[in-house]
Amino acid sequence: MNLNATLIAQLVVFFILAWFTMKFVWPPIVKALDERAKKIADGLAAADKAKADLALAEKKVVEELRKARESAGDVRASAEKQASQLVDEARAEAARIIAAAREAAETEAGAAAQRAKEALRDQVASLAVAGAEKILRREINAQVHSELLANLKQELQ
Amino acid sequence: MAGNAPTASEYVIHHLGHFNNTGHPQESIVNWGVINLDSMFFSIALGLLTVFILWLAARKATSGVPGRFQGIVELLVEMVADQAKGIVHSAESRKFVAPLALTVFVWIFLMNAMDLLPVDLIPMLWTGAYSAAGGDPAHAYMRIVATADLSAALGLSIGVLLLCLYYNVKIKGVSGWVHELFTAPFGSHPLLYPVNFAMQIIEFLAKTVSHGMRLFGNMYAGELVFILIALLGGTATVFGFAGHVIAGTIWAIFHILIITLQAFIFMMLTLVYVGQAHESH
Repeated sequence: MNLNATLIAQLVVFFILAWFTMKFVWPPIVKALDERAKKIADGLAAADKAKADLALAEKKVVEELRKARESAGDVRASAEKQASQLVDEARAEAARIIAAAREAAETEAGAAAQRAKEALRDQVASLAVAGAEKILRREINAQVHSELLANLKQELQ
Repeated sequence: MAGNAPTASEYVIHHLGHFNNTGHPQESIVNWGVINLDSMFFSIALGLLTVFILWLAARKATSGVPGRFQGIVELLVEMVADQAKGIVHSAESRKFVAPLALTVFVWIFLMNAMDLLPVDLIPMLWTGAYSAAGGDPAHAYMRIVATADLSAALGLSIGVLLLCLYYNVKIKGVSGWVHELFTAPFGSHPLLYPVNFAMQIIEFLAKTVSHGMRLFGNMYAGELVFILIALLGGTATVFGFAGHVIAGTIWAIFHILIITLQAFIFMMLTLVYVGQAHESH
């Protein structure tokens, strides 16, 4: 328990050690600590940002899905419309064709009837002539009575 | 130790004698011609170990994932940096004061920790070496706990005092500090100047003496208790042996707390005193 020069020596050593620590130990460690703190802060911020981005992307996906569904509905509706239109058109076309065919058939049938009528008329005329010939027992000159026959034919029409 | 076994009092006194440049324990209370070689050796060796350990961590310090060693050093640095930030309100001063506090904490911790080595181990080896070198074994003094040397402990606290004086002048200027010396704590009145000045001087003295003495007293007392426990074992009886083992264990475990606490207190008071030097009254 005495005082001696150890005191002075210890004091000097104390300051040398402190100086060394200040110069070579403290700055790199504190720098590393600060850098790490910054890194961690940045990492946390990035994680937060990623989370926000994810939420945004999810929202976008939902929106896109909704849009796609909507447009699919539109497409289907328009396709259905088009299809029904096609069917209607086809139906109309068919009806038109049928009507035309019927008309043509009717016209043809009419013509045939007319022809048959005319043929029949010709034959009736000649039958009538033959009948009349038999009745009159004399030959009627066709050329002489052609006007009469034509008139008869006209009446039968 | 000479031919026949020493008495208890001889044993204790021998243990408390320093190995110094005179070859025998110092007689007078103050003698500036004497230097304790054992204290100097252990404090310098442990001081170098301190800065080496810290430097090892600093050398490889990265902002990446720290290893365990880097982690423990960073823990210390953070702890000291936080304390310094709360106490010393000057970033410029902290650049020196905080590393100083860190050094002093680790250094004093290591010097205190020498107390945990068996109290006779190194003195015994030293006695062997000393007598082998032709010295008188009765004069082979060796104390390994540098902080249990009053000179060393006061050397540290006076270092802190010098630091306080330096920052007083640096922060407040010479005139500002002299003004404070005479006007604080009681106020600015010519009649109060001497009282104020006396109070200031007493404050500086009390701070410094208590700062060094607290460390010294704790470590000296701790060492003395280890010596007394060793004496118990030295009786070479069953009671003595059991007592040595039980008391030694308990005291060593308790001492782990004390050495850490004293190192921490010394560091904190260093910061507090330097912080006070920054504040005007």
